[in-house]
Amino acid sequence: MSIPEPVFEAPWHAQLFALTVHLNEAGHFAWPDWAERFSATLKQHGMARDLNGGDDYFTAWLETLEAFLAEVEMADPDAVEQTRAAWERAYLSTEHGKPVTLDATV
Amino acid sequence: MRGDFGVQAWTSRLLRGKLLHMPHDHHDHDHPHSLLPPAPALRVKALETILTQKGLLDPAALDEIIDTYENKIGPRNGAHVVAKAWSDPDFAARLHEDADKELSALGYYGRQGEHMVVVENTPETHNMVVCTLCSCYPWPLLGIPPGWYKSDAYRARAVREPRAVLADFGVSLPEQTAVRVWDSTAEVRYLVLPMRPRSTDGWSEEALMDLVTRDSMIGTGLAVQP
Repeated sequence: MSIPEPVFEAPWHAQLFALTVHLNEAGHFAWPDWAERFSATLKQHGMARDLNGGDDYFTAWLETLEAFLAEVEMADPDAVEQTRAAWERAYLSTEHGKPVTLDATV
Repeated sequence: MRGDFGVQAWTSRLLRGKLLHMPHDHHDHDHPHSLLPPAPALRVKALETILTQKGLLDPAALDEIIDTYENKIGPRNGAHVVAKAWSDPDFAARLHEDADKELSALGYYGRQGEHMVVVENTPETHNMVVCTLCSCYPWPLLGIPPGWYKSDAYRARAVREPRAVLADFGVSLPEQTAVRVWDSTAEVRYLVLPMRPRSTDGWSEEALMDLVTRDSMIGTGLAVQP
């Protein structure tokens, strides 16, 4: 019965969480403002279906952070998409077991 | 018991996720390249790459934050506070008066624990905490909230039908006990001080800590009766 629950269900949840906390502590936004934005996204996502508090929770979190970073011009959406695609190519072109780096696409 | 909150689905998905990430589960002959992480994971990596390139992010700081919450901070902190309050009436009184001051003195402060209110369960009142806004939670005392705390089901039902929610968690309270639900915000967070179990007179703080579950400090559980 007692399988210990991991703190983060997936590594990317942890990365996203840490990224947001770090930006908050670096003074890029105040936490109550973050909570307000995040709450609005959750509400919007929750209208279509009940969110389970796992993957879908962090998907809403990611969407909120992406929108904020776009708004304050810290991360342009087109640049984000290009970088995401570059990471995808890097994974697909790196031999299994080797470390994946962005340079792999060059 | 907790099916309504998707806990079982959550756990089984988690197990499946674990299995999928086991090295021997990869079929190298079919996929000679590295296993592609899920789409959102790549979006997070993209943000990290861009912010790091701009000098706005220190990747080592992220590792430290993750390590803190995965390995250092968790409900044991809250359990320490509860056990101390059970053992030391003066501390309990001071905790009610000014929780922030007492918690800071114990080293449990900072990130999402700046304005704490401790609410004590009594035979007359059972307290339960929710965040209807998103998932505000006292990180320094309880760590990162469990999946069900963040689910729509819990967030919506805790306020509307707290007794039914408690029943789903296997908690039934006497009729005369009122249930009070506290809605956390980004500014104020709550810690429930559960009732001390019977027949624990003279127990050490250390021994009492083992009776304090995470759920008992959210109010969806009771302290363990030895």
